[in-house]
Amino acid sequence: MGQLFDKLNSDVRFVEGINGCINCGTCTAICPAAEVYDYQPRTIAHLVQTRDDSIIENLLKSDTIWYCGECMSCKTRCPRNNAPGLIIQALRKLSIETGLFVESEKGRQQLALKRMLSDTIIETGYCVHFDHTTLDMFPEQGPMWQWVQDNREAFLPKVGANYKGNGPGAMRSIPQSDIDELRNIFEVSGGLKWMETIEEHSAKKAKEMGLEIGEGKSSEYFTEVYNRNNHAKHSRK
Amino acid sequence: MKLEGKRKIWNEYQKEIADDKYFYVRSCIRQAVFPGSENTYLRIMRDVLKKDVHESAHHTTCTGIGYHTEVVPFETIQTVVARNFALMREAGYENYTPSCVTSFGIYTEVLDTWHHFPEERKRTAEYLKKATQRDFQEPGNMAHTSDIIYKFRHQIAEKSKYKLINKATGLPLKVVDHIGCHYAKMFPAKGIGGAEHPHVLAGLIEAFGGEVIDYPERRHCCGFGFRQYFIKANRGYSIAASKKKFESMEPYQPDLILTNCPGCNFFMDRWQYALAEMEGKTYDTKGNGIPVLAYEELAGLMLGFDPWEMGLQMHQVGIETLMDKIGIPYNLNEKYKGAKGEDLGVPESPRNINFYK
Ligand code: SF4
Ligand code: SF4
Repeated sequence: MGQLFDKLNSDVRFVEGINGCINCGTCTAICPAAEVYDYQPRTIAHLVQTRDDSIIENLLKSDTIWYCGECMSCKTRCPRNNAPGLIIQALRKLSIETGLFVESEKGRQQLALKRMLSDTIIETGYCVHFDHTTLDMFPEQGPMWQWVQDNREAFLPKVGANYKGNGPGAMRSIPQSDIDELRNIFEVSGGLKWMETIEEHSAKKAKEMGLEIGEGKSSEYFTEVYNRNNHAKHSRK
Repeated sequence: MKLEGKRKIWNEYQKEIADDKYFYVRSCIRQAVFPGSENTYLRIMRDVLKKDVHESAHHTTCTGIGYHTEVVPFETIQTVVARNFALMREAGYENYTPSCVTSFGIYTEVLDTWHHFPEERKRTAEYLKKATQRDFQEPGNMAHTSDIIYKFRHQIAEKSKYKLINKATGLPLKVVDHIGCHYAKMFPAKGIGGAEHPHVLAGLIEAFGGEVIDYPERRHCCGFGFRQYFIKANRGYSIAASKKKFESMEPYQPDLILTNCPGCNFFMDRWQYALAEMEGKTYDTKGNGIPVLAYEELAGLMLGFDPWEMGLQMHQVGIETLMDKIGIPYNLNEKYKGAKGEDLGVPESPRNINFYK
């Protein structure tokens, strides 16, 4: 047993996620990630059971742990009540804490996710804000969505939205005092530190890769991690 | 199997759902993408069923999508959840009803964690106090908003103007359901019918007279996968999972896809459009695509609400084919008008999927 394993084992999700895997492969059979990626939740459960730190370190540096979609379909079906999806969550946490997430292409995506989601949360009180659902980021929204975006002020009240308004309602502006409380929660509970950790390790990696990290969603490093896809490496063989 | 035995098994998959006085919590995705859907839910609850539904202007995201993309730690999301619970008790309510299935999964996971690991609850209470001066208590009852519509489905059906019946043939319309993974896959006992016998949407389809189609990939994920959609490089994962579902339902030629999760409602709709543009294929026979509705949108439509005030024009796959089959009248001239009746022009047409304007 090693230090990395001990850390994993201190995460309640890891404790819940693994009760002894019999390698039956049921999870792999129903896993949507295993359909498209070179990925097997069965292998994840098996590897963490070795309790071997060098194996765990390799996982933390790998693309493998970022393939899962956290749908938790595996939890329903495992005959031993394991949940590879929960094991993955514990591994990802450790990969971020150790900074090893920047060693894989899929792990480096954390920078983009942090700027798209957690930055939005502490600025607006929403995970996803209407203003950010633009077609350049999400082209599959289709031409209808462009029309909605273009006509937001005149159209949204028709469907009962309170776009940027006060009081309750869809798309309302969340009061600053509530955003302040949310920010305090992030401060006190380690959320801000987590976000800083992602930025710091990503900045080092960006420098190593000769890319500008900048701020927001248009820097060279953001663009790289948002779009880069080594399909041949990741896809199911 | 004898009916009695079946009933016994079925009892294991029932859950208690409060009767009135709900604290309503919005979904980030649903309100951003289908705001009219949430509005329809509130109209049904307040105007049709005369229930007390309270919405606080102060609630925030549960941060669930951030949590499931590993940009928000577990400690933080637990504290945000506790804050939303605190707002409910402060407003004098105890029945918590989130609109989002990801959130519903988050709340069940957090409550289960606090139950099994009391030290996590203790730490959360300390963080909440320090950050906000608030105290919290767990909900007396928690149900997803699709559970609530399910509970009142017969009352809603009784008051409805329409049924899921093909006007021309008199036959029931064929409906496939797609239940969000986080509704019951993590904690089957928290969902009606559990993960294996999903009934929360099937019960609604039956109440409106439709036929439930049990297609092979009914339980497969829509492919959201959180990071697998948000990052453009990963989006192949997402569209491939939805495509697998469309191919599986295609032989049954469903008239409607019914969902309970805002993300699934979005992906079932938008990936049909994207697949049509990429591959020139739709999964019906007439190039229209298969309409997609959430439980509350379907209930509103059956009750006779105006489709454009419900925001059904915010679906990229047109709902007109379904309305035509049922015989629901609609005015295309109103579809793209503004709130004050102003002319806002019309969206561009997609290339490979029929579009009504
Ligand atoms: S289904 Fe459970 S027991 Fe079987 S391989 Fe997966 S984790 Fe192991
Ligand atoms: S949670 Fe992850 S490992 Fe489990 S079935 Fe879903 S994608 Fe596969």
